[in-house]
Amino acid sequence: MSTPPEVRPAPPRRVALFVTCLVDLFRPAVGFAAVKLLEQAGCTVEVPPLQVCCGQPAYNSGDRASTRAIAAQVIDAFAGFEAVVVPSGSCGGMLVHHYPGLFDDDPGMKARAEDLARRSHELTSFLVDVLGVKTVAARYDGTVTYHDSCSGLRELGVKEQPRRLLASVEGLRLREMQTPEICCGFGGTFCVKYPDISNAMVGEKSADVVATGADTLLAGDLGCLMNMAGKLQREGRHVRVRHVAEVLAGMGDIAAIGEPEAKR
Amino acid sequence: MQSTAHDFKDNVGAALADPNLQDSLAKLKVGFSERRRQAAERLPEFEALRDRARDIKDHALANLDFYLEEFERKVMALGGHVHWAPTAADARQIIGELCRSVGARTVAKSKSMVAEEIALNEHLEALGIAPIETDLGEYIIQLRHEPPSHIIAPAVHLTKDQVADTFLEHHAPLGFTRRLTERNDLVAEARHVLRQKFLDADVGLTGANFLVAETGSSMLVTNEGNADLSNTLPKMHIVLASIEKVIPTLEDAAVLLRVLARSATGQESSAYTTLNTGPKRNDDLDGPSAYHVVLLDNGRSSVLGTKMQDMLRCIRCGACMNHCPVYGAIGGHAYGWVYPGPIGAVLTPQLIGVEEAGDLPNASTFCGRCESVCPVRIPLPRLMRHWREREFERHLTPWTARQGLALWAWFARRPRLYRGMAQIANRMLAMCGRAEGRYRMLPLAGGWTRFRDFPAPPPGGTFHAQWARTGGKRP
Ligand code: SF4
Repeated sequence: MSTPPEVRPAPPRRVALFVTCLVDLFRPAVGFAAVKLLEQAGCTVEVPPLQVCCGQPAYNSGDRASTRAIAAQVIDAFAGFEAVVVPSGSCGGMLVHHYPGLFDDDPGMKARAEDLARRSHELTSFLVDVLGVKTVAARYDGTVTYHDSCSGLRELGVKEQPRRLLASVEGLRLREMQTPEICCGFGGTFCVKYPDISNAMVGEKSADVVATGADTLLAGDLGCLMNMAGKLQREGRHVRVRHVAEVLAGMGDIAAIGEPEAKR
Repeated sequence: MQSTAHDFKDNVGAALADPNLQDSLAKLKVGFSERRRQAAERLPEFEALRDRARDIKDHALANLDFYLEEFERKVMALGGHVHWAPTAADARQIIGELCRSVGARTVAKSKSMVAEEIALNEHLEALGIAPIETDLGEYIIQLRHEPPSHIIAPAVHLTKDQVADTFLEHHAPLGFTRRLTERNDLVAEARHVLRQKFLDADVGLTGANFLVAETGSSMLVTNEGNADLSNTLPKMHIVLASIEKVIPTLEDAAVLLRVLARSATGQESSAYTTLNTGPKRNDDLDGPSAYHVVLLDNGRSSVLGTKMQDMLRCIRCGACMNHCPVYGAIGGHAYGWVYPGPIGAVLTPQLIGVEEAGDLPNASTFCGRCESVCPVRIPLPRLMRHWREREFERHLTPWTARQGLALWAWFARRPRLYRGMAQIANRMLAMCGRAEGRYRMLPLAGGWTRFRDFPAPPPGGTFHAQWARTGGKRP
């Protein structure tokens, strides 16, 4: 968990967005929602062109050499920005908690990794904890439930921040699940390496979501969202699934994850 | 115990298809974690105690040779004996010989995971000595010829009905011919059957939760009091414990006991805490005349001083498995060897080899819930990742996964090329999935689409393509 600094420095204004590979490929709207929220909070946002992925697939598969190479590339791409903002708890956790440990034998790179770690933030935590944002200007007519993605929750302490911002969204009601903190079974490559276990886990998650009666499921990590959306849709449930940033940025009218454009 | 860890995927299939198991797991998942949460909440200094518990174990491990020798000296001064067992086979042999030296026909055992680890029961049976499990859960699974499925609740995979059937089958010849349905009746019947066996046993064998160096005591906690009977009544008491159980002082034990019970069952403390300090003294009313401690290494000392040492802090509370969503889905037997759940995924490759147990550290989403509840703060996900790295280095990772990963990493290290490929992939996925917004089947993604739809990206291209198109502005 990142501990908040004792004295708050002036909020950074020039921030870099780490889009993440899943958002880039499957849900660009999340990136644009993040840009909008950051701009509304007074930041200028840049998207460094040489970013790709944070390296989790390699890291979690035990391929340390590739992970280091990818991490070094990310460290270069985000050098010089006051803050690096990520609309994903697991990619954020990767930058904040795991990069420095990759360079234990290289003090120069380790220092750079630690510097990046200090500047990196998950999106909702950056808005609330660093910029002090209390409300957003958005409307969403519906009852939502919020899934706490594991890395955001346990590595970065993201729990209250999205809820606090959601509370300011007009027309939105939040109804909590029984176990919002239990893993949805995504786990990156886990969900395809152990599909039966993953299915059992996401099946329970789906039952918990449905039991709330909410019409919309939100979370802050696209991997989990795609997994849960895929399961809910396979089961024929009428629950729309969105990244929390979309709703906070007032973009809750675009087609939900896994839904065709025409049905909007 | 014979490992089936290499059959992990088949074990998983069987576990998911077993309705009794799924029934039992559903109860376990809410019960244990809720009780632990409440216990932790009731104790304001719980988090600080966890830090102290971690530090105590770290200190003991950093000076393990010193405290083990100290412990040995104390036991000997009390008139007891200490036996060093480098391997499981050594431990079996030592215990077998001790039992034979007193002509033992039966051994009353109280729950010991180390005894499972060295497959003691099979060995004793081969010697014509009958092991009798005195822990209720262990007794039930002994009757059913099953291994434990949980380190503190060995029969947690069974429903009450299954236990009722097992008792009827095995107790009917003893005159208990009524099928019982109430939990208390089942316990009473087991007690009745077991009590005589306690009295008849020639040797009592217990595990140990802690070995206290300053006093030479072994410490054992139970909720049934069975350990007290297995170590006071028979004439010989054997303590079987692994080397990392030693801690410096009784005061340290007090700290560890406080986090152990709360983490395990949510109790303030376990119902029985027993200290065994040497054989019966002259003025004692009862107790064993011979007292032996068998200290098992079995590969643990090779972990000392490595990045994996943290795994030896484990105090076997079971919290990591109680909170693990993977354990919650498949139960303990699927892990295929003695120690299930997150700690099993870390220990098993160490104890029986990563070639045999390579699936275990991979079958985790790294959700981190285990680490968040572990009373001695073992970084379980980090240790599992360590095993994945060893597997990758040694080319034990499946070939297709390696190739896929290598291809992906090659592109990921060439951002411009990657960008172009991502744009093509995005376009194709968006175009073909346009009508429905998702895929019910997708080539090469069978693991996903067998159970889930796969969301198609909306039209318009990747984020980076759109961003470049608008010159760095929101559309
Ligand atoms: S690893 Fe931690 S949580 Fe798991 S059994 Fe050991 S002490 Fe308990």
